[in-house]
Amino acid sequence: MIEIKGLHKHFGKLHVLRGIDNFIKKGEVVCIIGPSGSGKSTFLRCLNLLEQPTGGEIIFEGISITDKKTDINILRQRIGMVFQQFNLFPHMTVMDNITLAPMKLKGMTRQDAEAMAMKLLKRVGLEEKASSYPGQLSGGQKQRIAIVRALAMAPDVMLFDEPTSSLDPEMVGEVLDVMKTLASEGMTMVVVTHEMGFAREVGDRILFMDEGVIREEGTPAELFGNPRHPRTREFLSKVL
Amino acid sequence: MNFSFLSEYGYFYVEGTRITIILTIFTVFFGVIIGIILALMRLSKFSLLKFISVAYIEFIRGTPLLVQVYIVVYGLPQLGIIFPEFPLLSDDFPRFMGAVVALSINSGAYVAEIIRAGIQAVDKGQTEAARSLGMPYWLTMRYVVLPQAFKNILPALGNEFIVVLKESSIVSVIGIGELMFRANTIRGITFLAFGPLVVAALIYFVLTFSLSKLLGVVERRMRAGD
Repeated sequence: MIEIKGLHKHFGKLHVLRGIDNFIKKGEVVCIIGPSGSGKSTFLRCLNLLEQPTGGEIIFEGISITDKKTDINILRQRIGMVFQQFNLFPHMTVMDNITLAPMKLKGMTRQDAEAMAMKLLKRVGLEEKASSYPGQLSGGQKQRIAIVRALAMAPDVMLFDEPTSSLDPEMVGEVLDVMKTLASEGMTMVVVTHEMGFAREVGDRILFMDEGVIREEGTPAELFGNPRHPRTREFLSKVL
Repeated sequence: MNFSFLSEYGYFYVEGTRITIILTIFTVFFGVIIGIILALMRLSKFSLLKFISVAYIEFIRGTPLLVQVYIVVYGLPQLGIIFPEFPLLSDDFPRFMGAVVALSINSGAYVAEIIRAGIQAVDKGQTEAARSLGMPYWLTMRYVVLPQAFKNILPALGNEFIVVLKESSIVSVIGIGELMFRANTIRGITFLAFGPLVVAALIYFVLTFSLSKLLGVVERRMRAGD
C-alpha cells in the first residue's frame, strides 16, 4: 500500500531522517515508537507530504507521492491524518468541521454529508455534539471528532501523530478505544505513539526509530519481548 | 465665540462631509483590495512577489502621505498618466480619482501589514489539518484561514478605517472640496478661524466616533459565534 524508499529529510543543516525503507501493507496497523527527536513525527508527516522529503521516494498504491507531477491534493483525500493538537476548526460547528471537506472536495450534498457525519458521530458516541463548537468540548471529545473528520473522507489509510499525547490521562482511553475499533475493522493505520500498551495490543508491527533511522522492527511480541538492538532495550527499559 | 457663519455657510459643511465620506468609502474599498493582494504576495513562497510586496510596504510607510498625494496628482500626469474625465460623477473627476488612488495606495500598505499579521496569527495546525484532508491552498484560505484571520484583524482594520477618514483631510491641499477644504474656505470668506475649524473638528469626531461604535457592534456579533 505505501512503499518508502531511501527517505531523507533535512531541516537546514539538521539531518532528521537518514534513509528510511519500509513497506506498509493494506489493513496493517504499524506503530512507530522511539525517543523524542528521533524523527517519528517527521517520518509520518512525510507520508502525506506535510513535510517535503529532501531525498528518496514514497509510493502510495502505485503512485509516487514525491513526484512533482502528482497532484498531492487528490492523494491526501485518501490519506487521513489525526494530529496531537486536534486542529479542529474553531469557527465551525462539529458538523461543519466534518462536512466541509466532503462537500467541497467530493461534491457531496449537504444532506448526504450530514447523514454520513451523523452515522460516524454515533459510532464515536458524540451525535449530541453535532451543533457544538470545538471550544465547548473536552480534549478527548475533540480528538474523537478529529478522527471522525478524517474518516468522513473515507480514506484508505489513517495517520495518527501522537493522538493521545496532549490529553488528560482520564481521556486517553476513550480515544484509544475508537482507534482499536477502527483497527479491528481493518483500517490501515500508521500510529506514532507513546502508548506502549496500545502498540503492544493493537499493533501488527512496531517500528523503533532512533536518530533518523528505523533501528529495529518486528511484531509486538518480538520487539517488546525480545529486543535485539541495545538502543531499543535502553529505550524500552525507560518507558515500560 | 462667533458661530453666526453657520446660518450662511452651513451647507458647505454638508457638502464637505458628503465628499469626505465618499472619499473614505472608496479609499477603504480599494485599500482593502490592495492590502489583501499585498499580504498574500508577502506570504507567498515566490521570492519575487515577496520582494515586490515588502518593497512597496516599506516605501509607502517610509514616505509622507502628502508627498505621495503630490506625486500621484501632479507627478503622474507629467509622465503621461492622466486619469480620465468623468463629468457625470464630478466636474473635476481626474483630481478626485488622483486623491482616491493616492489614499488607497497609502492605506493598502498598512492594511497589508494588518492582514499579514492576522493570517500569521492563525495556528499553523489549522492549515495542516485542512491540507491533510486534501483541500487545496485557496479552499483552505477561503474556508479555514481567512475567516479566523478576519476575526483577529477586525479591531486593527477598524482602526485603519478611522485613520483613513481623518487622513483624507490632507487632500484639501490639492483642492478636493472635502470637509477640511470647506472649513478653510469659510475661514477665508469670514476671516473667522476658530469657529469654522472647531465645527469641522466636531464633524470629524462625530464621524469617527460613530464608525468606532459601529465596528464595536460588528466585533461583538462576530465573537458571539465562539
